[in-house]
Amino acid sequence: MSTSDLALSCRGLRRSFDGVLAVDGFDLDVPTGALMALLGPSGCGKTTALRLIAGLDRPGSGTVHVRGRLVAGDGEWVPPERRKVGMVFQEWALFPHLDVVSNIAFGVDGDASARVASLIELARLQGLEHRMPHELSGGQQQRVALARALAPEPDVLLLDEPFSNLDAQLRAEVRGEVREILTATGTTSVFVTHDQEEALSIADRVAVMIDGAVRQTGDPFAIYAAPADAGVARLVGQANLISAEVSGGFAHSSLGDLPMPTLADGSCDLLVRPEAVAIAPDPAGPARVVDVEFYGHDQLIRCALPSGEHVQVRLIGPHPEFVLGSAVRLELRGQPLALPR
Amino acid sequence: MARAATITVEQGRGRKAPIPLQASALGVTALVLLPIVYLVARALEADASSWRLIMRWRTVSLTLHTIGLAVAVTLAATAIGVALAWLAVRSDMPGRRVWATLFALPLVIPSYVGAFTLLSALGPTGELQRLLEPLGVERLPDITGFPGAFLALTLFTYPYVYLVTVAGIRGLDPAFEEAGRVAGRSRARVFRTVTLPLLRPSIGAGALLVALYTLHDFGAVSLMRYPTFTQAIFLQYKAAFDRTPAAILSLMLAALALVVVVAERRARGRARYYRSGTGVARPLRPVPLGRWRWPALVLSGGVIGLGLVLPGGMLLMLLSRGLAAGTPLNLTIWAAGASALVSGAGAICALVVAAPIAVLGARYPSRRSRSVESLSYMGYALPGLVVALAFVFLASSYMPLLYQTLPLLVIAYVVMFLPQTSEPLRAGLLQLTPRMEEAARTLGRGRGRILKDIVFPLIAKPALAGAALVFLTAMKELPATLLLRPTGFETLSTRVWTSASAGLYSRAAVPALLLMLLSSVPLAVLARRVGVDPEGVRQD
Repeated sequence: MSTSDLALSCRGLRRSFDGVLAVDGFDLDVPTGALMALLGPSGCGKTTALRLIAGLDRPGSGTVHVRGRLVAGDGEWVPPERRKVGMVFQEWALFPHLDVVSNIAFGVDGDASARVASLIELARLQGLEHRMPHELSGGQQQRVALARALAPEPDVLLLDEPFSNLDAQLRAEVRGEVREILTATGTTSVFVTHDQEEALSIADRVAVMIDGAVRQTGDPFAIYAAPADAGVARLVGQANLISAEVSGGFAHSSLGDLPMPTLADGSCDLLVRPEAVAIAPDPAGPARVVDVEFYGHDQLIRCALPSGEHVQVRLIGPHPEFVLGSAVRLELRGQPLALPR
Repeated sequence: MARAATITVEQGRGRKAPIPLQASALGVTALVLLPIVYLVARALEADASSWRLIMRWRTVSLTLHTIGLAVAVTLAATAIGVALAWLAVRSDMPGRRVWATLFALPLVIPSYVGAFTLLSALGPTGELQRLLEPLGVERLPDITGFPGAFLALTLFTYPYVYLVTVAGIRGLDPAFEEAGRVAGRSRARVFRTVTLPLLRPSIGAGALLVALYTLHDFGAVSLMRYPTFTQAIFLQYKAAFDRTPAAILSLMLAALALVVVVAERRARGRARYYRSGTGVARPLRPVPLGRWRWPALVLSGGVIGLGLVLPGGMLLMLLSRGLAAGTPLNLTIWAAGASALVSGAGAICALVVAAPIAVLGARYPSRRSRSVESLSYMGYALPGLVVALAFVFLASSYMPLLYQTLPLLVIAYVVMFLPQTSEPLRAGLLQLTPRMEEAARTLGRGRGRILKDIVFPLIAKPALAGAALVFLTAMKELPATLLLRPTGFETLSTRVWTSASAGLYSRAAVPALLLMLLSSVPLAVLARRVGVDPEGVRQD
């Protein structure tokens, strides 16, 4: 894919604050029309990266292209108001002195009424046109913020932790609405989140960011099934990482000796998702149950292996037979993924 | 304050205030309303001859002069205050930390001190004239009248707008400006359509202070011989035996001041102002001035030159001249003691008297407690001269024991400056939610311990700031002190006034310098509270 097919392309972005690199070699390609999640732990530089893309901050080095146009880097600098990059702020930043209509119309040139009316309808804000921001509920404020950012028809829309301000119940609901609106307008979007469930469930592409750089990009299934390294694996879903020594085509671990014909000799980590472990009560079994978390539809059972390593097992449905101290036998389902150490 | 107000609603709605609290709050309100009630009663018994004195062309011209000066000063001071605040907080002007402090300093110069230093420098026989005489300049344009009054009041009142605007800009969430930029709007347009409207309440509050100060001002307009209400009222009071015309003129001036207050309230609009987020505030990135730095430096230099360097320099020059001529200093020392005594008494009394009003407003919000609060602002809106005149009349007719005594002067200070203590106290009490006290109760603390460990530590700072503000204002206060002081009792402000109004500028310099020195200490406390220091911690 050449840079012109991409709505957004970042290369080698760097930004440091007081000598500490917040963004360090950040590369990101977002195809036109994609809904991309930028997933990372807090403090990994996600928000800084968004601000560099929006032009709210200048990179120390690296480049940003928006629809093939260089907007930052290589001596070029396009101020935020001329980038056609929209942004939904974490706290929404609705202008408190303007009503809903005026907030949405803020960035529209010329007669804004038709554009505003269609966005009011899209964001289901009918009847609230002349409310002030403080007179709206959290979900409504979120939709106004989204409509305001979409109004100038940006080439790329950035959303900074857009759901963190909502309580858990509302969050699931608003997520769906936001995805519908973004899909309906076909806007290329990048949203930042630290919540893997959020990233996997709404995005069609996920970029995992750790320590200021993107470690892996792919569709949600690929990221979950084949994480590039242990850091990514831990960030995306629950992961048991079991240390293993490979020799002669076998991985020797505390879960047994597994055939790994393609691996070179050495040490590695085996990625074992909790749902890929079978558990059975066995008085002679080597493992012991050390913790049970019951969620209703499933439960998470943590077992200690003789080696001292812990393995989490997910079981669907209630299974009261596993209690603290039970002796159990564990078996792997399918082939675990070996991750370089 | 908007945030504080929302807490109020949740706090003790429907609870009845204890009777002693209600009674003392009502008593305070009655005291504050006393002057205006008396003046109305006095005006109502005016006879035809008094009215004939009032119904003259002169009264219309006084009104126009007063309004004209107030409008001009308010516009100029607001423009300067906002511009300097933006330069000090948001621009990359060279040396902006130093400028940020300098810009607030003209506040320590009372307008009458500023006025006489301007006169001694730029006046008809002033220093500038003397410097230019060898060059053949025979006569400089006369600054007395409107130009002098305008210059003096603008230079020494713009810091009110500056200080509140600085606090306003610092309190502004940068996300609003950023949201404006990514919506495709230029920096200038974002400033006009987002920043300025958000700052409007702060700027409005500062402009209100300037307008009231100008309407209230007696010293500067008198020295500049610019005929406004205060000057006319003073002359009427001095000259005539019948005091009714002075009372009527006072009422007219009071009405003007109240109109200004109401107009500012109306102009606030319905938007509610709040920080967008609760997250850590990002430091604002200074805006590069580019070639605009030169006009910015010229403006800053001009304002500081005229408002700080010139008065300061003139005072030092006059001081050395006075010392050389053997002006005795001991009278000034006594006057300084007298100033500190009455101002300190005023500050303490204003704090004590403010307590019931503040507790009622913060803890028992209701329609009635809101009107008690609004009424307690009455004395603040009234010109000092008007309050003083009412107390002179009242005391001489009904309270001869109080007439020309220090307690009466202190009472007048309390009436005039009450909101300066009640407002910070109320804000402090609002931060102290009843939940905190309830939490302390559940942790096994009795009422006494709660007062000592929680309430007092938390309201000590706002209380101290409020008292410092009253002290500062009372030190500089002129007309009420002049009218209500006991015979022979001289404060620094009255000493400055008697010498300066007689044209003895070098004799006025010593008490003026000492006055500024003593009143700049509370100013430092105040400046810390609103966060003038550009690198200082954000005030919250």
